[in-house]
Amino acid sequence: MSAGTAEVRETIIAAGEPVPEFTLRREDGTKFRREDLEGKTSVLVFYPAAFSPVCNEQLSLYQEVLDEFTARGATLYGVSVDNAWSLKAFREKLGTEIEQLSDFEPKGATCRAFGVYHPRGFAQRALVVVGPDCVVKWSYQAPSPADLPGANLIFDALSE
Amino acid sequence: MSELRSAAVPPLSDSDHVRGPGDAPLLIEYADFECPFCGALEVQLADAVVRRVFRHFPVRSSHPRAWAAACAAEAAALQGRFWEMHESLFADQARLEDPHLWERARRLGLDVARFDDDRRSEAVRERVRRDFESGVRAGVVTTPTVFAGSTVHSGSIAASDLSVL
Repeated sequence: MSAGTAEVRETIIAAGEPVPEFTLRREDGTKFRREDLEGKTSVLVFYPAAFSPVCNEQLSLYQEVLDEFTARGATLYGVSVDNAWSLKAFREKLGTEIEQLSDFEPKGATCRAFGVYHPRGFAQRALVVVGPDCVVKWSYQAPSPADLPGANLIFDALSE
Repeated sequence: MSELRSAAVPPLSDSDHVRGPGDAPLLIEYADFECPFCGALEVQLADAVVRRVFRHFPVRSSHPRAWAAACAAEAAALQGRFWEMHESLFADQARLEDPHLWERARRLGLDVARFDDDRRSEAVRERVRRDFESGVRAGVVTTPTVFAGSTVHSGSIAASDLSVL
């Protein structure tokens, strides 16, 4: 298995599993890979679509408590299958500092590797907390893409 | 660093803003003054016989003036006029800039200079933040969110849901 060609899995990656190799794109088009998660706690926020109402609310809420995530040594990243330019525009519209990562091409490859690709072609609404050793500490998939997981769930996971 | 792990919604306390008959059903509402669905809920609940608790849940990137409006309401509360400011803000949610807030304070007969100092004070910010954090811990993700007994309603609230309240 090489970077960018990760396996497809049907269920969300679980606590205790190592993060697979993956390649996402930052806003500037540069690659964001597994090794970019090393050495710090990360929270990957997979969401269905930039500019959609629930995703707006979700990232706005997490932005409001971003200092508290930072105080716990956690870095948040938004992940969706939108392209990098769309994600840049979305982030700027929200005024959020949460970095957005694009899973645009090959579409959804990272989502599939994490087991959070919705059959209709977008990321499930899911959260994955990754430890500094690139092992998953906690994961959660919302019952439906319309359900917005509270920030409290992430704080619970970070406190464990 | 604040405690933000999951916790039940705090029960009514002396520091809450509450109104309505003591024997009416209790609604604990997390809302913000710039949120249109919260404004709609105000209208929907206008004639309801309920005991309402109002708690702040401002989220800046959705509603840029929600924090300022929440702090204005708390500054009015320090002069005993929380609900009057609450009504003033919901009656016209499009005018929340500083001059609008001063004008509202003046019309309510507040000491405007004191109001302006208070709304920028750390104590008022902490008061708003305390409400917000209690909402985060209780899993509030959007406004309005209304806790009524063991049920929770959030977002745009249908008339059928209100009849249950």
